[in-house]
Amino acid sequence: MDSPSSARTGLRRRPERAPVWIAILAALGAAFFIVPLVGLVVRTPWGDAWGSLTSPDTLEALRLSLVASLTSTAVALVLGVPLAWVYARIDFPGKAVLRALTTLPMVLPPVVGGIALFLAFGRRGLLGQWLDSALGVTLPFTTAGVVFAETFVAMPFLVLTVEAGLRSMDRRYEEAARTLGARRWTVLTRVTLPLIAPSLAAGAVLCWARALGEFGATITFAGNFPGVTQTMPLAVYLLLETNTNPEGSFVLSLVLLLVSLAVLVGLRHRWLGSA
Amino acid sequence: MVFAAASLTDAFKTLGSSFETAHAGTSVKFNFAGSPTLVTQIEQGAQADVFASADTTNMDKLTADGFTTGDAPTVFAHNKLEIAVAPGNPKHIKGLADVDRPGVIYISAGPTVPAGKYAAQALAKAGVKVTPRSLETDVKSVVSKIELGEADAGIVYTTDVKAAAERVSGVEIPDAYNVEATYPIAALKDTGNSITAQAFIEFVTSSDGQSILGSYGFAPAA
Repeated sequence: MDSPSSARTGLRRRPERAPVWIAILAALGAAFFIVPLVGLVVRTPWGDAWGSLTSPDTLEALRLSLVASLTSTAVALVLGVPLAWVYARIDFPGKAVLRALTTLPMVLPPVVGGIALFLAFGRRGLLGQWLDSALGVTLPFTTAGVVFAETFVAMPFLVLTVEAGLRSMDRRYEEAARTLGARRWTVLTRVTLPLIAPSLAAGAVLCWARALGEFGATITFAGNFPGVTQTMPLAVYLLLETNTNPEGSFVLSLVLLLVSLAVLVGLRHRWLGSA
Repeated sequence: MVFAAASLTDAFKTLGSSFETAHAGTSVKFNFAGSPTLVTQIEQGAQADVFASADTTNMDKLTADGFTTGDAPTVFAHNKLEIAVAPGNPKHIKGLADVDRPGVIYISAGPTVPAGKYAAQALAKAGVKVTPRSLETDVKSVVSKIELGEADAGIVYTTDVKAAAERVSGVEIPDAYNVEATYPIAALKDTGNSITAQAFIEFVTSSDGQSILGSYGFAPAA
């Protein structure tokens, strides 16, 4: 799409060729990712695919996955955008530590996240026992528990993306609006948020995709029951593990693969550059 | 490499170390999980020498699919069900009918896991209709969630309650409703360790092996 730099600078450079050993290793590296995807496509029983997809269990898991992941994304937007704003604009002692702690779920094994959620929001958890005794609310084994698990794991993706957007935006527009007499709220909603709209959208999509794929924290914290806490990834795992319908798990895997691919294509300008 | 049902975890670890002592130079490694998970792993090509299942259904599947040696699987132990509850039984669960009470969170192993299947049979015999709040992937996760206090009751094996010691209490299920679990063991084909595998199976069914299993609460094979 973009013209090569040589054309702009006027220097003629011959297209570079990779040395043989780099080419071989690079091809192996690429094959490492491609072969499993091909395997999934080849082994999927296409004849029964529609039947597997529209079976009540699958539709139930699909519906639950959509509800839970979209709710998680909404929660992440409400809580994560203000958090990103604070990180981008305010300096306070301990900010680096706080920022690291709230980013931790990105690299933490999700199962560990699930155990931590137990200890915080479980029936005997720090806050959970209070929730249980005062409000009669228990999160494990509920759809709300799934939303908690997904938000915990996915929100950092939104926070970091929005924070980067806020840092890189041109703040002169905000200053101009303020000198023209706009109130802070007006500046935020009419200038700042529209300017970072691409980051907001990218952050929300990333967060949603991560929430949709969440497995470890969900099965640990929310358990597994069809229609309540059994999301798509849990359904895929259980179909395979319990030997009831391994082929069905291939079809569901393919659906999740296509969703991920769609996300990647949608965000290609952000990640894949203009190559 | 021995693939064994989750409910055998503690007993088989002890069996393994006694076997290693008795057979110098051998080493036994274990992979514990729900029986259907193990069947899937073996059928997908996992390197297993011996399979010990918590029911005959999963063993039969593996035999029918041609993964075991010609010898018929040997039954080596039996087990019974009990209701696992929090220590001291704070919810006063006295029998199967109580797991259905409002305010009691009942969880179970999934319907394809032997423990889940047996639990459903016991509930059906007692005429109790209850929907579990979660279908766990193996019987040990049911015990864990009760230990953690997230669930109030779960039907597990008597041996699981014994293994969890003071961390959970057990409520007996009368024989009329109880279901007996049968544990078969078999050597698998295509292993490089068929002699050791056979020796391990012989050890499990020997009087030494049986007394170790007995000390964990399993009933003898015969």
